[in-house]
Amino acid sequence: MLLNQFLVLAAALFAMGVYGLLVRRNMVLILLSVELMLNAVNINLIAFESYLVTPEAVGQIFAIFVITVAAAEVGIGLAIVLMIFRNRKSANVDDLSLMRW
Amino acid sequence: MVSGLYNLALVTAQEGEHFELHAGDGGFWADTAGIMLVLPVLAFLLILVVGKRMKHKGGEIAVAALAINLVWASVLFYLNATGGVLDQTTFEIGRIGSGLVFELGWVVDGLSILMFWLVNFVGLLVFIYALGYMKGDKRVDWFFAAFSLFAGAMLILVGAPNLIQLIIGWEGVGLASYFLIGFYWEDLANVKAGNKAFMVNKLADVGLVLGAILVGVALGSWDFGDINLAAFEGNAELAAVAGVGGLLLFIGAMGKSAQFPFHIWLPDAMAGPTPVSALMHAATMVTAGIYLMARLFPLYEYMASDLRTTMIVIGTITLLGVGLLAIVADDIKKVLAYSTVSQLGYMMTAMAAGGYTAGLFHLFTHAAFKALLFLCAGSVIHAVHSNNMSEMGGLRKYTPVTFWTWIVGALALSGIGLSGFWSKDEILGTLSHEGYEAVMWISVAGAFVTAFYMARATFLTFFGTYKGHGEPHESPRIMTVPLIILAVPSALVGIVNIPGLSLGRLRNYTEWLSVRLVPMGDHHPEAIDWGLAMIGLAAALLGVLVGYAIYFKDAETQLERDSFEIPLLFPLLRKKYYIDDLALGIVALFTGPIARFVNWTNTYVIDIIPNAIGGSVKALGGFVYGVLDQKGVDGVFNGLSAATDGAGSVVRKWQTGRVQQYAAAVVAGALILVALFVFVI
Repeated sequence: MLLNQFLVLAAALFAMGVYGLLVRRNMVLILLSVELMLNAVNINLIAFESYLVTPEAVGQIFAIFVITVAAAEVGIGLAIVLMIFRNRKSANVDDLSLMRW
Repeated sequence: MVSGLYNLALVTAQEGEHFELHAGDGGFWADTAGIMLVLPVLAFLLILVVGKRMKHKGGEIAVAALAINLVWASVLFYLNATGGVLDQTTFEIGRIGSGLVFELGWVVDGLSILMFWLVNFVGLLVFIYALGYMKGDKRVDWFFAAFSLFAGAMLILVGAPNLIQLIIGWEGVGLASYFLIGFYWEDLANVKAGNKAFMVNKLADVGLVLGAILVGVALGSWDFGDINLAAFEGNAELAAVAGVGGLLLFIGAMGKSAQFPFHIWLPDAMAGPTPVSALMHAATMVTAGIYLMARLFPLYEYMASDLRTTMIVIGTITLLGVGLLAIVADDIKKVLAYSTVSQLGYMMTAMAAGGYTAGLFHLFTHAAFKALLFLCAGSVIHAVHSNNMSEMGGLRKYTPVTFWTWIVGALALSGIGLSGFWSKDEILGTLSHEGYEAVMWISVAGAFVTAFYMARATFLTFFGTYKGHGEPHESPRIMTVPLIILAVPSALVGIVNIPGLSLGRLRNYTEWLSVRLVPMGDHHPEAIDWGLAMIGLAAALLGVLVGYAIYFKDAETQLERDSFEIPLLFPLLRKKYYIDDLALGIVALFTGPIARFVNWTNTYVIDIIPNAIGGSVKALGGFVYGVLDQKGVDGVFNGLSAATDGAGSVVRKWQTGRVQQYAAAVVAGALILVALFVFVI
C-alpha cells in the first residue's frame, strides 16, 4: 500500500517546516519553512485523493487552492520582508520586537 | 346661529306711530358679521409673524382686513338704511352656577351697524394714510400689528351683545392704545404718556367692571337686550341696583370718553404717531364711552334717570372747560385733542339730556371731520417736522391739498355750514326742547370757543409767513388721497339727518338708529328751529371773526398777538386747571406709602417662600452633588477604569513582540488539539 509512505513523507516535511519556523531567525527562511508545511499538506491531499478517488476530485482542487493561497502569501510576505530589509538593513525577526506595548 | 330677538312685536307696538319697525334679520350678512370682529385680530397675529418680510411691513394685511370688513359693514349699512336689520348671534362660552351665562357673539342693529361702518371706513382711510406716513419709520410691522388690534378690539366692543364681551373689547382697546401711545418708547416722555393713559383708563375701568358685576349679578344676565328690556319693564332686581350700577358704568364711560376730570390722558396721548391720534379720536377708543351710554340708554332713561343731572353737569364742564384749554395750546395736535374732549362733552350732554340720536349724530359727523383734521395735522407735521404752530405759518402755499381739506374740517368742526353745523344744531335743539336752557347757552358759548381756537389754529398754521426750518413740502399722494376722500363726508354727511328730510329709500339717520331691541324716548325734531340754528351759527362766526382779528396778520405780529393775556384765566388754562398736578399729587400721596408697604411685604413676607424654596433646593443640590454624583456615580466609573487598567498591565506583558514565540504558542495549541482528537475523542 503506497499511502503510508506518502503520509510519512508529508509528516517529515511538516516537522521540518515547524522546526524551521520556530528556530530560524532569518525571515526568508521562516517563509520557506511555512511553504514546506503547506506543501506537506498538499502531498497529504493528493495522496488521499488518489487513494479514495472522489468523482469531484476534491483533494486535487484543494491542493490547487492551497498553492494559489501560498503564492499570494509568499508574494506579500516577501514584499514585506524586502521593505523591512530596506529600512532596517536586517532580516532578523528578533529585531522586529517593537510592535508591542 | 342663535338669534335672540326680544319681543320684536312689543317694540313695534310700544313705539307706536313714530317707529314703524320692519326690520329684517340681515340674512347671510348679519349671520357672518362676526367676521368683522375676527379679521383685524387675525391680521394682528399674521403681521406679527410675517410682517417684517413684506414690502409695507404688514400694512397690506391690515388694509386688506379692514377693506374686507368695510364690504360687510357697507352691505349691512345699506340693508339697515333701506329696511332695518336686527339680529343677534351668540355662542355660550361658560356658565356661573345655573343663572349667569357667559356668551360671545355679535349684535347687529342700528347702533352697532353704524359703529361697524364708522370704525371700518375711517380705519381703512387712516390705515392707507399710515402706509405713507409711517414709511421708513422703525418697527412699522409692530405699528400695523398694534393698529389692527386697536381696530379689532373696537369692533369686538361695538359688536358686543353683552357687558362681558364689551369689557374684553374695552380692555383690548386700552391695551392697543397703550402700545401705540408709547410707540416711540425710546423717549421717556412717550412712555409716561402711555402709562398715564393706561392708568387713568384703568382707574375708570374699575367703575365699569364693578358696574357690570353689580348689574349682572342683580339681573342674572349681562345681555344688553335683557338689561334694557328689564329697565323698560321695571324689573325690581335691576331697579334696586340701577342707581349705583349706572353711576359705576358711567364712570367707566367717563374714562374712555375723556370726560372731566378723566380728560387728562387724552392730550398726552398725542405722543403716539399721528394716524393713531386720528383713529383714536375719530372712531375707536374715545367713542367707546358714548357708545356704552347709547347701548344702555334705556337703563339711564327708565331707571337711573337721577344720574342724568350729574351726567349733564360733567358733560357741560367738559365741553366748555376743556375746550378753553385749546386756546393756549401751541402743539397743533393738542389743540385738536382738547377739541375732541370738548366735542365728547357735547355728545355726553346730548345723550344725558335724552337726545340719543343727537349725541350719536354728533359722534358720526365728528368721526369724519376729526379724522380729517388729525390726518391734516399729520400731513402738516410731516411737512415741517414740528408739532408747534409757532414754527409753522404760511403753509397754504406749500401744502394746498392739506390746506383746503383742513378748511373743510375746520368749518365742519366749528359748525359753520358743513356737517358739524347740523349735528351741533341738533344738540342745541334737544337741550332747548328738553328744557335745559342754561346748558344750551353754555353749549353756544362752547361753539364760540370751538370756532375761535380753530380759527387760531388755521391762521397760525396756514396764514402769515413760514416761521420754521427748511422748505415745507406737500405730502405724497397716498396721504393726500385719504384727506380728499374724508373731506367729502366731512362736508356733506350732515344732510343725512336734517330734520324732516328723508333720502328716499335710504330714509334718514334717525331711522337708521331706530332699529333697536327696546323702545325708548328720543327727542328728534321734525323741523329745523331756525332761531336756534342762527344763534349757534352766529356764535361760531363770532369766534372766527375774533380769531381773524387777532391772528390774521403777518408773521412778526402773529406770534406777538398769540401771547395776549387774559388775567387769571390764561395762567389757569396753562396749568390745565391744576388737574394734572392734582391727580399726580394724589397719586404720589397714595403710591408712596403703598410702594413702601408693597416693598416691605415683598421683602419680609413674600420672600420667605422663595427663600425657603431656594434653601431647600440648594441643600438638595449639595446632597446630589456631594454624595450621589461624586461618591456614587463617579465611584462606579473610577472602579471600572481601575479594573481595566489592572487587567491591561497584566495582559500586555504577554505581548512580547517576538513572532516566533507566537508561532510556538500556535504550534503548542495545535499539538494540544491533536492530542485531544487522538487520545480523548
